[in-house]
Amino acid sequence: MNKNDVLVRLTGIGKDFDVSPPLLNRLMERQDKVLLKAVDNLSIDIPKGKTFSLVGESGCGKSTVARLTVGLYRPSRGSIVYDAIDMATLKTQAQIEPVRKRMQMIFQDPYASLNPRWRVSDIIAEPIRAHKLISGKSAIDQRVAELLVQVGLAAVDRVKFPHEFSGGQRQRIARALASQPEFLICDEPTSALDVSVQAQILNLMKELQRQFALTYLFISHDLAVVYHISDFVGVMYLGRLVEWSDKRTLFQRPWHPYTRMLLDAIPDIEMSGRQRIPVAGEVPNPIHPPSGCHFHPRCPYANDRCRNEVPAPIQKDESNVACHAVQEQRLPDVAVTGEPADVTTSG
Amino acid sequence: MGDTTNAQPLLQVENLRVEFPTRRGTLVAVDDISFHIDEGEVLGVVGESGAGKSLTGAAIIGLLEPPGRVASGQIIFDGARIDNIGYEKIRRLRGNQIAMIFQDPLTSLNPLITVGRQLTETIRTHVSVDERAARERAIELLNEVGIPAAERRVDQYPHQFSGGMRQRVVIALALAANPRLIIADEPTTALDVSIQAQIITLLKRLCKEHGTAVMLVTHDMGVIAETADRVAVMYAGRIVEVGPVQDVIRHAQHPYTHGLMNSIPVVRHDVEQLKQIDGAMPRLTDIPSGCAFNPRCPKVFEYCRDARPELVDVGATRAACWLYDDTRRAGDTT
Amino acid sequence: MTTLTEEQTNRTWVWRLRDSLQRFFDSDIFYSFRRSPVTVVAFLTTVIFFVAAFGAPILTPYNTNDVATLDLMNAFFPPAWIEGGSSARLLGTQVSLVVGFLSVLFSVVLGVGLGLISGYVGGRTDHIIMRIADVQLSFPAVLVALLLFGFAKAILPRGVQDAVAIYVLVVAIGLSNWVQFARTVRGSTMVEKNKEYVQAARVIGRSPIAIMVHHVLPNVMGPVLVIATISLALAIITEATLSFLGVGVPPTQPSLGTLIRFGNNFLFSGEWWMTIFPGLALVILALAVNLLGDWMRDALNPKLR
Repeated sequence: MNKNDVLVRLTGIGKDFDVSPPLLNRLMERQDKVLLKAVDNLSIDIPKGKTFSLVGESGCGKSTVARLTVGLYRPSRGSIVYDAIDMATLKTQAQIEPVRKRMQMIFQDPYASLNPRWRVSDIIAEPIRAHKLISGKSAIDQRVAELLVQVGLAAVDRVKFPHEFSGGQRQRIARALASQPEFLICDEPTSALDVSVQAQILNLMKELQRQFALTYLFISHDLAVVYHISDFVGVMYLGRLVEWSDKRTLFQRPWHPYTRMLLDAIPDIEMSGRQRIPVAGEVPNPIHPPSGCHFHPRCPYANDRCRNEVPAPIQKDESNVACHAVQEQRLPDVAVTGEPADVTTSG
Repeated sequence: MGDTTNAQPLLQVENLRVEFPTRRGTLVAVDDISFHIDEGEVLGVVGESGAGKSLTGAAIIGLLEPPGRVASGQIIFDGARIDNIGYEKIRRLRGNQIAMIFQDPLTSLNPLITVGRQLTETIRTHVSVDERAARERAIELLNEVGIPAAERRVDQYPHQFSGGMRQRVVIALALAANPRLIIADEPTTALDVSIQAQIITLLKRLCKEHGTAVMLVTHDMGVIAETADRVAVMYAGRIVEVGPVQDVIRHAQHPYTHGLMNSIPVVRHDVEQLKQIDGAMPRLTDIPSGCAFNPRCPKVFEYCRDARPELVDVGATRAACWLYDDTRRAGDTT
Repeated sequence: MTTLTEEQTNRTWVWRLRDSLQRFFDSDIFYSFRRSPVTVVAFLTTVIFFVAAFGAPILTPYNTNDVATLDLMNAFFPPAWIEGGSSARLLGTQVSLVVGFLSVLFSVVLGVGLGLISGYVGGRTDHIIMRIADVQLSFPAVLVALLLFGFAKAILPRGVQDAVAIYVLVVAIGLSNWVQFARTVRGSTMVEKNKEYVQAARVIGRSPIAIMVHHVLPNVMGPVLVIATISLALAIITEATLSFLGVGVPPTQPSLGTLIRFGNNFLFSGEWWMTIFPGLALVILALAVNLLGDWMRDALNPKLR
């Protein structure tokens, strides 16, 4: 990837959460601090104008990465470089403000992220007022109306309260766009939505990306959605990135056993009669993750090295994989699984 | 399968109507729907939130939350009406003949009682066996749903089980009295993708082995495609299409089903834009007249706004749509 | 152009008022109010108390500020004990209500403020505030109020004492009462601060204080309103208790509690009305306010709706 094309670069970032019992209990029971490594040594480059997706099951740390990137959490280790600006060097509010304005976040729940007691116009205008982007009541009203239309709502909706009409997700996107950001972090933006609404939102997001040359960091557990929206995909397991590449490579020639397992777990909506390999086991407790490669207890290819040594990412064909079995070439090459059958219906 | 009713179906729902009286008028959440489930069959009931699919399941087993009530219609289980038989009788039916699996495995287990205790109690409520036999049966059930070291885990509490294992326990509970029908309300929605696949496989295998019929209520077409024999698609309190799952998924007849199938993204299908259905499911307070789908329907014509379509045979499925009524269509000038 | 906007603004203002009134009468709250006769009676009783207490100068022929004209001892024949005594009682009610209100207001401001900070900031700040609250909570409220009152009496010069007695009382009762507000608000704040709209505001880049005031505060005020109503009754009773014990308001501004204390001295010499009527007033007032609070708790609780 050309260096100039990278908008956001995460290098070796990690985030620990202190999940120890209260100080008094700890002293009395002589326990050490308990740290949960939510994200461990993760490096990704997010190219300008593209969509980078992180997938994984619950507890894999993908939402933590989103919150680290947007600055809701401070990383315990590593650096976040946004458009050649190292975020750690920004100290004062005046330094942070101009960078912060350029990124926004879309959250999962369509309504929980909208203050229930505010009118839609106030919600959408909040970033405009906070960053003093536009002054004057009528100018702000104008802008709010414009944003509402952009996301497919009516300008008159601005006097309503969020719960008074459907389209919570659209309201959030309108708010996220209010400060004219170039980078949107989307944390499971469609997983609380019904399929028909999900399709509308995905289409809207693609349309907005084209229109404003937006860059997305997209977090989701739904592989079909990820396939539809992404250019690049990273797979996370218990805080670590196990495989990443461009989307076609990842979906058609997956290397990491976990990636293969995830792809295999997708329900066969095409009813192609594909035989699945039975998926075994569950995600272990992230407070006490397995030693070595976190995936080894569920991995059919695990050996002693996997149990003891954390695999370093290597380049394999066009993919980046962190797996000893791949490195030792113990893993069969599975170029996937046929072209899809024609699903679509008559009419 | 299909609509052959040579043998009597296990469950027959006729013109079921579920209402919620409120002070601003009565809301009709399930509006005059009819369907059946045969012995040993898996019927998927699919729809978006607010379609009335969960309420239909709750109505069958007599677990509607007041003020919701069955306003009219009949529910016939194994040849006898069960919608008007009184609390005691329906209670005895529950668990014994009809069991239920809920979405959240954590809240459907009592956190203060061991898994084994909950199982033996359920077994002994419905089958007259002594404590030891019940315990053996409990261990057997846990083995059957794929819980490793069942002899040890039978004495553990629900919080000692992971999410997927808990849902297995819930399935074991549902199977405890060998019911003939299981109503599963979004059984995989709260689970991770890889666990979801395990639970679907398990549910499918067990029902085949026990010959249990399943009413699988879900919003996830993928789960339906994997599991169901037939599928009923609900929209705004009505069944808009019902038929064998292959036909409904591949050759949907109703414009809503068709739109729904097209709006689901599929892995390794490259499309620039998904084909979306505009608009949103109407709220119960303002369901459009005629066909409830008419404001969002790409093939709407005049008559759709006037009269409500009933299910008619179309190809291999049944769909409630005026498109398939030639006289109405011919009369339309638009 | 300017006039047009002004007109528009006015119209919006009227429109908004009408809109919110409409919404209120249409709301579930008003509906549940209308459906509960007990609540309606309690509400009317409270209103009557208010009107009577604050309209006292107009309603009675006596000068309510001159205690000498309120001849309580001789007012034992009807209608005299209604007329003479009642003016004192109206005045007493007024003092009771004022003290009750101000002290609740004081504890709301203190409790909500500390609770908000405690819940939002968390960590050490939270620990310190909550431990103070725990200590405070392990003393009965009346004891705390007595202590504070005695403390104030000791450090204030004699001349000022009577003048500021009411305010000391307000602070004393208020301080003894803030903990429950702080705890409730802290709990709800900790829930709200993890909701996505608060995180969204953080991403937008708003300051913690702006988030606390504009986002969190309006969403945690529901339960506060309920507790405030119930503790209004409590504050009135606490004030009466303190005044009954003789550490409350000065005799020149008798509250219901003071009146009961006066009467108590004469209870066994036959002048029963001096105690019974202010006592009755106190009971009815506290009961009415409490019933209102109970109803509010139920009406605002989404689980019971």
